[in-house]
Amino acid sequence: MRVSSLPVIQKNLSRKRPSGRSIRSYWELYVMLLIPMLFLFVFKYGSYFGLATAFENYKILKGVFGSEWVWFDNFIKVFGHRRFGDALRNTVLLNVLDLVFSFPMPIILALLLNEIRQKSVKRVTQTMLYLPHFLSWVIVGAIAYQLFTYGSGVVNDIIERMGGDRVPFLQEDTLWLVSYVLIGVWQSMGWGTIIYLAAITSINPELYEAAVVDGANRWKQCLNVTLPSIKPTMVTLFIMRLGQLMGGSFERVIALKNVATNEFTYTIPVMVYDMGLQSGTSKIAQATALGLFQSVIGVLLVIGADYFVKSLGEDGLL
Amino acid sequence: MMTASQTVKRRRSIRRGPGYITGSILIYLVVILSALVCLLPFVHVFAKSISSEALVAARQIILIPHGITLGAYRKIVADASILQAMNVSILMTFVFTALGLALTLLAAYPLSRSYMRGRRTFSFLIMFTYYFAAGIIPDYLLVARLGLLENFWGLVLPLAFSPWNLLIMKTSLKTAFPESLEESARIDGASYFRILWRIVIPLSLPILTTIALFLAVGRWNAYQDALFYIKQRTDLRPIQLKLYYLVIQATESFQSSESVVTVQTNPDVLKSACVMFATLPIVCVYPFVQKYFVQGIMIGAVKG
Repeated sequence: MRVSSLPVIQKNLSRKRPSGRSIRSYWELYVMLLIPMLFLFVFKYGSYFGLATAFENYKILKGVFGSEWVWFDNFIKVFGHRRFGDALRNTVLLNVLDLVFSFPMPIILALLLNEIRQKSVKRVTQTMLYLPHFLSWVIVGAIAYQLFTYGSGVVNDIIERMGGDRVPFLQEDTLWLVSYVLIGVWQSMGWGTIIYLAAITSINPELYEAAVVDGANRWKQCLNVTLPSIKPTMVTLFIMRLGQLMGGSFERVIALKNVATNEFTYTIPVMVYDMGLQSGTSKIAQATALGLFQSVIGVLLVIGADYFVKSLGEDGLL
Repeated sequence: MMTASQTVKRRRSIRRGPGYITGSILIYLVVILSALVCLLPFVHVFAKSISSEALVAARQIILIPHGITLGAYRKIVADASILQAMNVSILMTFVFTALGLALTLLAAYPLSRSYMRGRRTFSFLIMFTYYFAAGIIPDYLLVARLGLLENFWGLVLPLAFSPWNLLIMKTSLKTAFPESLEESARIDGASYFRILWRIVIPLSLPILTTIALFLAVGRWNAYQDALFYIKQRTDLRPIQLKLYYLVIQATESFQSSESVVTVQTNPDVLKSACVMFATLPIVCVYPFVQKYFVQGIMIGAVKG
């Protein structure tokens, strides 16, 4: 009896909608969904209407629907802006450097953490490593200035005491770039290990047993068992990071920038903010166009990376 | 299986030579150093915030506080604008978290049911907004249009419904509340609202906690939207925005109860105290709720 009914249940669960349920019986579910969807349409899809300004000679008084349609004029203007080249270069530069240095760090740390057998050491170090993730960029910026300013930063004090010269970590263009990247690594490296550690725990222990039988030492096990096993996770996260190549955190840049450096701090989000919200309303349309350019590139990058990864035989993201 | 891996462990430990031990020492060293690098900047700022101003000005404070005083914190508490910003932040975080949680749950439960018609379409509509953001300016125009500029609700409503949280909640509900269980509740005559209230919520408390924490920490730390939407109404500034003007831009000075900030006041001590003050709520709660965050990240990783 039990045995014979099992396939039927499985079939019901996996394939067919239970025949007893018509929409009329679960209409309440749609009512529940109504409120979140209302928020979605007002606050997310509502914003999409504003995208129309990118193609308009936008006048506040005439509004989004009354302004004159000018097709791609705003894009042409903003791409021809004297600082567009800088913003594009800086955005790509900051994000590529961030990707190159911030992406591998959690993987390395996770592999190392995985080798730590004492539970207490592991727990305490993990708690410390996660901490920076919970600080806002304002706080991170404030701490960075307490540590690294030329005049009174404690790191500079220590350098000086040890006989070195003070270094303008945050007040010189190239050094700022280095600091920006390293602060990002600092902020994200611990938190990023969580996903990799989860992936590592789900590896079949028999793989390690087989490796040990073959005489693999710890290094070889890591290289030939652990790394290949977490490759799908790495690929997924990499695709997600690629999508941000044209964006990046506005909050991070403005929390770390200062009057002494502006060579690398002028990114696309900063330019959008400057044009759209800082300098009156005359350039709102161009700022929208720039923001749209950024979003579209972001989506294309995700789709492209996903396609590329799938063509290599890996599981994609979408 | 268990014994097999244990024998492997034993075999592994037998074969360890001096190279293995050196390796272990190196691994411990790197991990502990990385952990210290994460913690020490914080300790430094904390030490500064409770040290005497003279010693901080003389650069004597590295990790251990000297001449301990709470003077800087007293000044902060005396600054009405900082307290006001703290109030705004706390209220905003509470309202935002409650609203966000309700919206996430109301969307995640229906969308986690495999028999629901049209759930793929709804999911697509939601996730689309995750990958394709309209951008800063359209968001701003919308908020302006809705009359939410210079308004408390402008900091609460627009971001309350997050596709990412929905994804985590939905994934988790599929296993936390299987449809077979729902079926038996339905047979007993429970309405879906009753099921949601009486069964889904109690069953998914851990994931609800996780989502609540994601929402709360995210809202507490973000200041970009406040920077855009709150320009004139200084009484509506959340603490992070207040800190931005106070510490990063240094366009504002501390208002103490005394009419003029005295010469001896060392801004570094005050800045440090401010940083600690604004981070305290998170740092106090964080070690206890860490596991919920980890859980959420892991569920999110299932679908990516």
